[in-house]
Amino acid sequence: MQELSVRHLLGIKDITPQDIQLIFETADNFKDVLNRPIKKVPSLRDITIANVFFENSTRTRLSFELAEKRLSADVINFSSSSSSVKKGETLLDTVNNILAMKVDMIVMRHSSPGAPHFLSKHIPANIVNAGDGTHEHPTQALLDSFSIRERLGEVAGKKVVIIGDILHSRVALSNIFALQKQGAEVMVCGPITLLPKYIKELGVKVETDVRKALAWCDVANVLRIQLERQQMKYFPSLREYTLYYGIDKKMLDSLNKEIVLMHPGPINRGVELSSDAADSHHSIILNQVENGVAVRMAVLYLLAQKG
Amino acid sequence: MQKRLIVNQQLLEIMVMRLCHQLIENHGDFSDSVILGLQPRGKYVAQRIQSTLSSILGKQVPTGLLDTTFYRDDFRRRDTPLAANATKIDFLVEGKKVILVDDVLYTGRSVRAALDAMIAFGRPANVELLVLVDRLYTRHLPIQPTYVGHQVNSLQSQRVLVEWKEQQANEDAIWLVTKSDE
Repeated sequence: MQELSVRHLLGIKDITPQDIQLIFETADNFKDVLNRPIKKVPSLRDITIANVFFENSTRTRLSFELAEKRLSADVINFSSSSSSVKKGETLLDTVNNILAMKVDMIVMRHSSPGAPHFLSKHIPANIVNAGDGTHEHPTQALLDSFSIRERLGEVAGKKVVIIGDILHSRVALSNIFALQKQGAEVMVCGPITLLPKYIKELGVKVETDVRKALAWCDVANVLRIQLERQQMKYFPSLREYTLYYGIDKKMLDSLNKEIVLMHPGPINRGVELSSDAADSHHSIILNQVENGVAVRMAVLYLLAQKG
Repeated sequence: MQKRLIVNQQLLEIMVMRLCHQLIENHGDFSDSVILGLQPRGKYVAQRIQSTLSSILGKQVPTGLLDTTFYRDDFRRRDTPLAANATKIDFLVEGKKVILVDDVLYTGRSVRAALDAMIAFGRPANVELLVLVDRLYTRHLPIQPTYVGHQVNSLQSQRVLVEWKEQQANEDAIWLVTKSDE
């Protein structure tokens, strides 16, 4: 019987293609559960999960919380803005205090890259990384690939371009690892100032012309411009960014081929995507959100078996 | 090696035919009844029952597959991880007479999980259990079958193996296997 090769989901870099396949097969079953009249199973009824979010999040936290509740786990939520972190408590002390309340799993978001890796060396609970700084966001990458697989049948051999703020994105890095592990070709596209210097070393194509990138790809995964993470001006204005990198329906229709349009959300409507593109038949953005719950259920279920 | 044949192909065919006639006695033309095969191994029994019933009745009896993995009570207590199978139920269970079908009834825990899993698809009018083999005196829960193909007395060190041609076996057969010999 197959099982995950890891005890924690810290990043896509650490897991194998077989792990990804197992997560997808399990998520298929949970997606089936989510379409039933009763959308809940008792699998994790003896497990307590703490959602520890040191950084703001709406959809990821809601998606995890729903996944946990659909699996019948007990759930506690922790937000740093109203916690003792403000009083100077260390990360390890905060988490150890939570674990002292007999918590079995930690879903953690932190602004510092590597924070969940650090914790995994010091605590006995299973850890799921829900985003660590600009490093990785593994469950987002898994649900993105799962959504591509659902729309196109398979990920292997597909051409996927990730467009936008690659430099500040944890979604981009996790997606690159996930897509490559499944045999897809990956391109990144954005203003040269928002492309990390090392990016070619990851074996991805690099493009700065969004029209050429769209002409090449089967799937366009458009990222949000993360103004909150930018310490300086990387492009002259949002208006100029939209002019050069914004995607609208007219541009998609001019391609004379079907492409799949994705976005991890939240969308800056009218900036990276126009409303008519975001709501077009190309878009699988809401499927991504729906699949997020099933994929996170699969990750939690499989990790819980690792004890 | 101890692998003892307890039911051969001919006897198995007679058993399935007898079970189908017992079902017809209680369910008539199956207009209010459905069959749910428990994954993974009850699937083959359910398919065999369905094809035999359809040749007797001249109509297809609604038959689905129910996976109980997420409803089991031994999650995290097993040596090997539990992998889920597909659930495929294309009809409403609400108000129907449901016949749960499995190959072997042992502790009863799978059937308990199946009752939980089935409720997620609606509230049935009543539920019956059909098994090919009932391992006597091994129950952990107060669950008994309504229809039984064959009863066996067995030790904990033994297991009942049902082989089907659909699973690339030479012929349909039921064996009693001593675990240490596997």
